[in-house]
Amino acid sequence: MSLTDEQLERYSRHIILKDVGIEGQEKILNGKVLIIGAGGLGAPIALYLAAAGVGTIGIVDGDLVDRTNLQRQVIHFTPDIGKPKVISAKEKIKEINPDIKVNTYQYLASAENISDLIKGYDFIIDGTDNFAAKFLINDACVMAGKPFSHGGILRFDGQTLTHTPGNACYRCVFKEPPPKDAVPTCSQAGVLGAIAGMLGTIQAAETLKFFIGKGELLVNRLLIFNALDMTFRNVTLKRDLNCPVCGQKPSITALTDYEQAACDLKGQR
Amino acid sequence: MKIKVNNEYQEFDGEITVSELLTKNNVEMPDMVSVQLNGEFVKRDNFSSTSLTDQDEINFLYFLGGGNF
Repeated sequence: MSLTDEQLERYSRHIILKDVGIEGQEKILNGKVLIIGAGGLGAPIALYLAAAGVGTIGIVDGDLVDRTNLQRQVIHFTPDIGKPKVISAKEKIKEINPDIKVNTYQYLASAENISDLIKGYDFIIDGTDNFAAKFLINDACVMAGKPFSHGGILRFDGQTLTHTPGNACYRCVFKEPPPKDAVPTCSQAGVLGAIAGMLGTIQAAETLKFFIGKGELLVNRLLIFNALDMTFRNVTLKRDLNCPVCGQKPSITALTDYEQAACDLKGQR
Repeated sequence: MKIKVNNEYQEFDGEITVSELLTKNNVEMPDMVSVQLNGEFVKRDNFSSTSLTDQDEINFLYFLGGGNF
């Protein structure tokens, strides 16, 4: 693969970076990324990965664009209200960078379909809004040996970790979804729109680092920030050898759909 | 004694358990937090029976949903 003159120009600010160069940009162009959730996190992630030239971007989301989304889901515009999020996102990606191949999956990821969804991709991104999906993505990626980026935001807080095979997974930290009676606090919480951009762009940067193979990924680390104080902390994690999914004797060997109770606002929008 | 909580030192007069520390730090819903003590996760069932000692390092890690909603 050799870059065209147009590509050399488009990606010149990447190529000029010692740690990217033409070789790194080619890796990005050959990259295949699946973004699960085209919402607050998925929006900035998709925009930056498209601009960066990630060759194939898959987007999974069953929702339609709603007016309440526009405060933070910056890939969707006012005229998109009522449109499937995957279509709205695809249109913007194509406008930013017509070279990107976009695959859309207009449904929710589930225990039944997730293994097929992730199969053809190099890197998976969790941009979902509920714990059921977060645990499902973790378990499916661990079982399939796929690297992924976890992201969570709430109020003024964000957290993210990157999993690569053999290292700490989401379940090493959080054993199982929170109990359902913890839900009301979550659903009343709200989120500062810009937080989604802060966390999403960190996830996008991790994805690009994964492809160029430079620097240190957020592997065996949980990055936590609070935007009110504007403080960031890194918590070192160890893979839990007794982890129910990535441990030495896993007790979870099949994918299941947890009840979507936790932090799911659908009924209350 | 001094305990490093989420990267910042806190001082306590007597013995304190993980549960008590969570209460003192206004963690309203212990079910929504994972606790890492000196690099190892503490089982939720052991929060009230686990006592902390001087210079312990403890991290509260919260469930965060987010993204779409």
